[in-house]
Amino acid sequence: MSEATGTARVKRGMAEMLKGGVIMDVVNVEQAKIAEDAGACAVMALERVPADIRAQGGVARMSDPDMIQKIQAAVSIPVMAKVRIGHFVEAQIIESLGVDYIDESEVLTPADYTNHIEKWNFKVPFVCGATNLGEALRRINEGAAMIRSKGEAGTGDVSNAMTHMRTIGGEIRRLTSMREDELYVAAKELQAPYALVKEVAETGKLPVVLFTAGGIATPADAALMMQMGADGVFIGSGIFKSGNPAHRAAACVKATTFYQDAKVLADVSRGLGEAMVGINVADIPVPHRLADRGW
Amino acid sequence: MRVGVLALQGDFREHIAAAQACGHDAIEVRTEAELNSIDALILPGGESTTIIHLAQTFNLFQPIKDRIRDGIAVYGSCAGMILLADRIIDGAKNQKTFGGLDITVRRNAFGRQVDSFESDIDFNGATLKAVFIRAPWVEENGKGVEVLSTAAGHPVAVRQGKILATSFHPELTADLAVHRYFFDEICKSG
Repeated sequence: MSEATGTARVKRGMAEMLKGGVIMDVVNVEQAKIAEDAGACAVMALERVPADIRAQGGVARMSDPDMIQKIQAAVSIPVMAKVRIGHFVEAQIIESLGVDYIDESEVLTPADYTNHIEKWNFKVPFVCGATNLGEALRRINEGAAMIRSKGEAGTGDVSNAMTHMRTIGGEIRRLTSMREDELYVAAKELQAPYALVKEVAETGKLPVVLFTAGGIATPADAALMMQMGADGVFIGSGIFKSGNPAHRAAACVKATTFYQDAKVLADVSRGLGEAMVGINVADIPVPHRLADRGW
Repeated sequence: MRVGVLALQGDFREHIAAAQACGHDAIEVRTEAELNSIDALILPGGESTTIIHLAQTFNLFQPIKDRIRDGIAVYGSCAGMILLADRIIDGAKNQKTFGGLDITVRRNAFGRQVDSFESDIDFNGATLKAVFIRAPWVEENGKGVEVLSTAAGHPVAVRQGKILATSFHPELTADLAVHRYFFDEICKSG
């Protein structure tokens, strides 16, 4: 029996198993258990949620391996962790811990303002953020096995996530309507490899799973993103910065499954307590917007 | 034949596509009414704790258990195998299953995602490419359980009466052998 690990199929396949689920940011064991009990399909282990990174400023780096391993020991669901854009040594360290997915994330301070990590070199799969189709395809070309739209993390404002999902969806729809001989120029304009552009034009979807992230704070936000075509949802600050995290976490899980059923959505939206306070993206000066990181 | 795929979380769309490619009607199952309208049930890959949590919350747990006990043909891949097992090792705290399959399943038995793999295995007289993702295996099985495939010395495809379970994900490949076996050998058996 010949076994192959770390293939594109097992990396992308892992993301397929997360579909229809909610991946929650957690900063300690207690939160990880709340997330698992609420029905999260995975947790993202990190030291500070984006809202705190934003508030406290400074350089944001990968989390302490001790903290990540405590969370791995506490839950049976997949555990993800973030590394800085381009910081391939952080990625080597996180991979050695046996983390199930690495998020090369704009929420942390970038380590390289030109290049992203060469992700084909790793056995562990990577998820990367994207604001548009070209960015998504560049990440896939580098080996990302899953894409998430970026949104504006740590705000509780869903408007940027909406923009990015509309952009990615719109650009895919445009490709599917083009003549084959127009795809070369489309690839040039998207700054993406022709082979991937052609594949998207033929299939009408990305070659990997597409989640949404950034600014999702309510069950209605999660359902909105699912109706916009997301395969699943990341919720960062939205849960554990709210009044009743356990209740809100479970409500977001239900809303992500029953995203087309307004009665269920109404039921799960009742009595959730206070949502995270939130920041309007428009009030954040452009240089401080996380979604603009990535190239 | 009308096939239902439990669509609470996971890769249910891939199973629906496989059922359709085999020439069957296939629907997503999220309600008891949908459950009662089908002739065969598939439990997809995904996160078993999430799926069971949602089944309990939305009053599908007992109805699915009952339909399995009453003899509906059912196939579970990966998380689906865990959901069909009578006993779990390394489950989450108090993790329940629908049960019906007389096996003890070990969750994440092959390791974490970095250990996920693809491999050629024998299934029902043919070789197929099997994709294992944080996969479980069968730790021990009752006498009435037939072992159809093994990997690393453990059963990874088993059948008991009208219940079929695989540790791996045929829905992620273009090979329809496992789905055809389910529809043609199990669903049509008396």
